[in-house]
Amino acid sequence: MDIPEHWSGSEPVRIVAPDGRAVGDPEVGLDPEQLRDLLRQMVFARHLDRACMALQRQGELTVYPPFEGQEAAQIGSAAALEATDMVFPSFRELAAAVVRGVDPVQYLAYHRGSWHGGPYDPRATRFAPICVPTATQICHAVGYALGQRLDGADGCTLAYFGDGSASEGDFHEAANLAAVFRAPAVLFCQNNGWAISVPTGLQTAGEIWRRADGYGFPGVRVDGNDVLAVYRVTKEAADRARTGGGPTLIEALTYRLGPHTTADDSSRYRDDAEVERWRAFDPIPRYRTWLAAAGHADDGFVEACEREAEERVARIRADLIASEAPPDAWVFDWVYASPPESFLRQRAEALGDG
Amino acid sequence: MAEHTMVAALNAALGDALDADARVLVFGEDVGRLGGVFRVTDGLQERFGPERVFDTPIAESGFTGMAIGLALAGWRSVIEMQFDGFSYPALEQIVSHLAKYRERTRGRVELPITVRIPSFGGIRGKEHHGESPETYYVHTAGLKVVCPSTPLDAYRLLRAAIDDPDPVIVLEPKARYWTKEEGELSADGPGIGAARILRDGDACTIVAYGSMVARALDAADALASAGVHARVLDLRCLSPLDLGLLGTCVRETGRIVVVHEAPLTLGMGAEIAARAMEAAFDFLEAPVARVTGWDTPYPPAALEGVYLPSVERIAEAVRRTVAY
Repeated sequence: MDIPEHWSGSEPVRIVAPDGRAVGDPEVGLDPEQLRDLLRQMVFARHLDRACMALQRQGELTVYPPFEGQEAAQIGSAAALEATDMVFPSFRELAAAVVRGVDPVQYLAYHRGSWHGGPYDPRATRFAPICVPTATQICHAVGYALGQRLDGADGCTLAYFGDGSASEGDFHEAANLAAVFRAPAVLFCQNNGWAISVPTGLQTAGEIWRRADGYGFPGVRVDGNDVLAVYRVTKEAADRARTGGGPTLIEALTYRLGPHTTADDSSRYRDDAEVERWRAFDPIPRYRTWLAAAGHADDGFVEACEREAEERVARIRADLIASEAPPDAWVFDWVYASPPESFLRQRAEALGDG
Repeated sequence: MAEHTMVAALNAALGDALDADARVLVFGEDVGRLGGVFRVTDGLQERFGPERVFDTPIAESGFTGMAIGLALAGWRSVIEMQFDGFSYPALEQIVSHLAKYRERTRGRVELPITVRIPSFGGIRGKEHHGESPETYYVHTAGLKVVCPSTPLDAYRLLRAAIDDPDPVIVLEPKARYWTKEEGELSADGPGIGAARILRDGDACTIVAYGSMVARALDAADALASAGVHARVLDLRCLSPLDLGLLGTCVRETGRIVVVHEAPLTLGMGAEIAARAMEAAFDFLEAPVARVTGWDTPYPPAALEGVYLPSVERIAEAVRRTVAY
């Protein structure tokens, strides 16, 4: 079977080409410091992601789903949101979480096997718990967005999901509900080419962004490895949502350079040559080249970014390793607001204090 | 004194909850203009407006997930599954999120969501309209499951469910929707987690819930004329179970017959039998008997009588248990 590449078909919105040349209007409303910050965040995310892979190999994390290659898609989109907006992630959005202000050590408690969901505060961080059942979180996002609309709040809600999730019924139900209720929602699909071992071409025969038309709201395809383009389309979608314009579906074309998770052996379904070819589309050198050419960053800045990222990651690593195992009582502590007596008897039996 | 059908009592409970708390929302399929296929939401949209009482597209999973997102945003949703058999698309949202969110967020996010499911058979319905889904929910940690048997208790339990900080599944016995009960609608009285004795007796306790309670009472009537005085325990709440009152019944009557429409295997009867044994094994005078639906799919209307526990099957089980 001839599997079409997931980037073929419609041209995505693009501002900076893979070689770092501007091919679109680079004016996205960010000042030079904010433009530099996008690179700083991407460099940090790359360091953090690689450190997490190593931490898993060292037994400090149980399983880890790397996002290498998807930094622009996550950081460009998360940076386009306001503090009052809400995010519902899937399970690969550590980079977006960091942009939203989630403490990486708290976030990584999930992958350390210390707690489910994510022990950060979803309300304070406006970043919902990590969500593994694919596409279910899109329904939550639409509900939250509807709540914002009912409250007359000046906010929108963004849901992250992948190309594989777009095959789930919950994607369709959420998109349709968002449209019918004109929810201020941004449905952000990171099409990274692979749903574990199944390529996008076997996941869907069409282009994901085009489905928006069937639901009755705008869809846009963006080069997900072009951080400026991602920022622009997300900002436009979020602004439209906040001002009563309803939902938008964004398909960000990106590529998962690593395995699905540390438990996955991607050599069983794709060869190294493919991955190497995609290295040419790496979002970080592309943006770095453009930033330098535009006169916003020099070698010194780039070196400082790397150094700062290394230092931050070293601290996170140390804090993570030093983090204590959860107490046994946590198995029981939050199942019910008011646990029934029979439940408390189980707790006492398990904890040996009955 | 006023007389209420269960449908009217449930309708009043929703209306009063919408009235009491501006954050309460009611949504589901056909619950708006139509007032629900059973009219439980009749007139509510007109009264509270289409922002608080609204129709959704046919998307049980989607609107259940939406209720979860709304809860994060501070809203308290009451959602209606049109029929038991149509509630299954929402199982993933219920099992993976609704039941677990409080725990996953270490208590930071409560989901005060009420899921109403018109349940069970006995109305000569089409296939997929007579299911007994209780075991799926009772088996899922983090959920509460209630099942009223009479109109006044339906009001009380639905109000309690909506007020509860945790998600509550309300299994409404369709076959009892149009039955009437006299009295004042009140949220006071036994809450979630409490069973109640509807008829006293010392020979045996018939444990039932939902529409089987009326049949248990009929069986007790029939037995009384033959001198066998059975107690009828209305569970009201399937999770958590009122183990205290169940234990009392075992100790005081020594004999237990459990009745439910759901299939025998891994039905509530299995749990009741085990709990009765754990609570007061030494008081049991006979094995716990189970009178249940069969381990078959729910049959078509013409064969409902073969499937549903009849008054005679219940009475016979009591006679056997008493004679053991």
